[in-house]
Amino acid sequence: MNRFEYIRADSVAHAIQALAAPDAQALAGGTNLVDLMKYDVAKPARIVDINRLPLRGIEETPNGGLKIGALISNSDLAWDPRIVRRYPLLASAILAGASPQLRNAATTGGNLLQRTRCYYFYDPSTPCNKRQPGSGCSAIDGVNRIHAILGASDQCIAVHPSDMCVGLAALDAIVHLEGPDGSRNLRFGDFHRLPEDRPQHDNNMRPGELITAVELPVSDFTENYTYLKVRDRLSYAFALVSVAAALRIDAGAIVEARLALGGVAHKPWRSRSVEEWLRGKVPDESTFAECAESILRGARGRGQNNFKIDLARRTIIRALRQAAAGMPQDQADKVVR
Amino acid sequence: MPESLTPGGVPLNITINGVRRSLSVDPWVTLLDLLREQLELTGTKKGCDQGQCGACTVLVDGKRVNACLILAVSKDGAEITTIEGLARGGELHPLQPAFIERDAFQCGYCTPGQICSAAGLLSEGHARNRAEIREQMSGNICRCGAYTNIADAIEDVRREGSVVREAAE
Repeated sequence: MNRFEYIRADSVAHAIQALAAPDAQALAGGTNLVDLMKYDVAKPARIVDINRLPLRGIEETPNGGLKIGALISNSDLAWDPRIVRRYPLLASAILAGASPQLRNAATTGGNLLQRTRCYYFYDPSTPCNKRQPGSGCSAIDGVNRIHAILGASDQCIAVHPSDMCVGLAALDAIVHLEGPDGSRNLRFGDFHRLPEDRPQHDNNMRPGELITAVELPVSDFTENYTYLKVRDRLSYAFALVSVAAALRIDAGAIVEARLALGGVAHKPWRSRSVEEWLRGKVPDESTFAECAESILRGARGRGQNNFKIDLARRTIIRALRQAAAGMPQDQADKVVR
Repeated sequence: MPESLTPGGVPLNITINGVRRSLSVDPWVTLLDLLREQLELTGTKKGCDQGQCGACTVLVDGKRVNACLILAVSKDGAEITTIEGLARGGELHPLQPAFIERDAFQCGYCTPGQICSAAGLLSEGHARNRAEIREQMSGNICRCGAYTNIADAIEDVRREGSVVREAAE
């Protein structure tokens, strides 16, 4: 691990001021940053420890949603009774990820900012446009079993590794930011970005900005939802493909649909046109199959990950079936029904 | 010169197994290395050092975490419990005799992490059956493959705990 300057921030203003230095990094739970520092992938000149900031609350918002402080741990969020009752899709997505130890340490803000687990990104001896812009992508013609099938570029085929973010994307969360130029909000879909020709940027945060909260708008997806995650092991592994599905069904027809995919792209993948198309349709197998075909129309494999296209198709269909039946995936017994 | 680069490191007040300590620690030292290398608490094991194996599991303010992924200085004011601190007044934590009774280990290297993790699991109170115990112990790898006996030991203690609670009600 490189040597660095360490500052304990005692207020948001203090943190913003300390983060203005070049190569400064905020430290919350540290579960990804400390790991990246051990691999010499992250080499911050200054660590700004934000753990003392008052960002650990969950508050009701005036319009009936919840505002989640950036420092709430993934565990505390997943088991919070308000989340379990009103946003069970989010609770389920969180519990599908990582391990209890990691979820106890990892924070809400940090989850959004975790980096890809692309093997080459983690190995400083190999070219990687995300780690070292302009050096090339080793994955495109390399070991790419876990890599993107949607929205990739010829610069980068990495995927975003989060489960929680797939749930947040489906729920249209809003990211609250504080920076040198004041505060602003980003819609969740506008927070992460596709790699294009700047894969070094995972998201649209500006230099020196800090995530202070993630807001959940009021929503009514408590019956017909699921988070279905397919991975190489039953537990404690990143998704090959995951699907967050949420439906509102009335009189035998879909009134509203949300679908977000994890493990397939540089950001949680949503297709609003397909969600729009689902409106008014009967929730049956042919609808689900057509929906999956539409989402994956532009999908492209790079060799070893070709199987993920068919896997994604089947996972979308299965998730929609679970959601329509009101039978969310059990994250403990893992039997996919 | 910034505080952190002064010789001797950053001030850190921390309670470990009930003992309050005022330390000065370099900011790049992990909680795991602080325990093992500087405080001679070698019960907490270093396995992968990357948050994947769970051998370094300790309780921070009662919650189980991977000590290898935590910068020690970020836990100023915290209470840490390691495997050395689980027994109280010479009496073992119920998980310790249960692990012996169920032969829940072979080489023993993962055991301190397994037991600390199981202690965290029990106090969290979210595991209602064996499938949930298995899932909620997924952050601890045992390369000898003692999983069945580990789950047995935890189930024993969880059941005893619920009996005790029912008797008290």
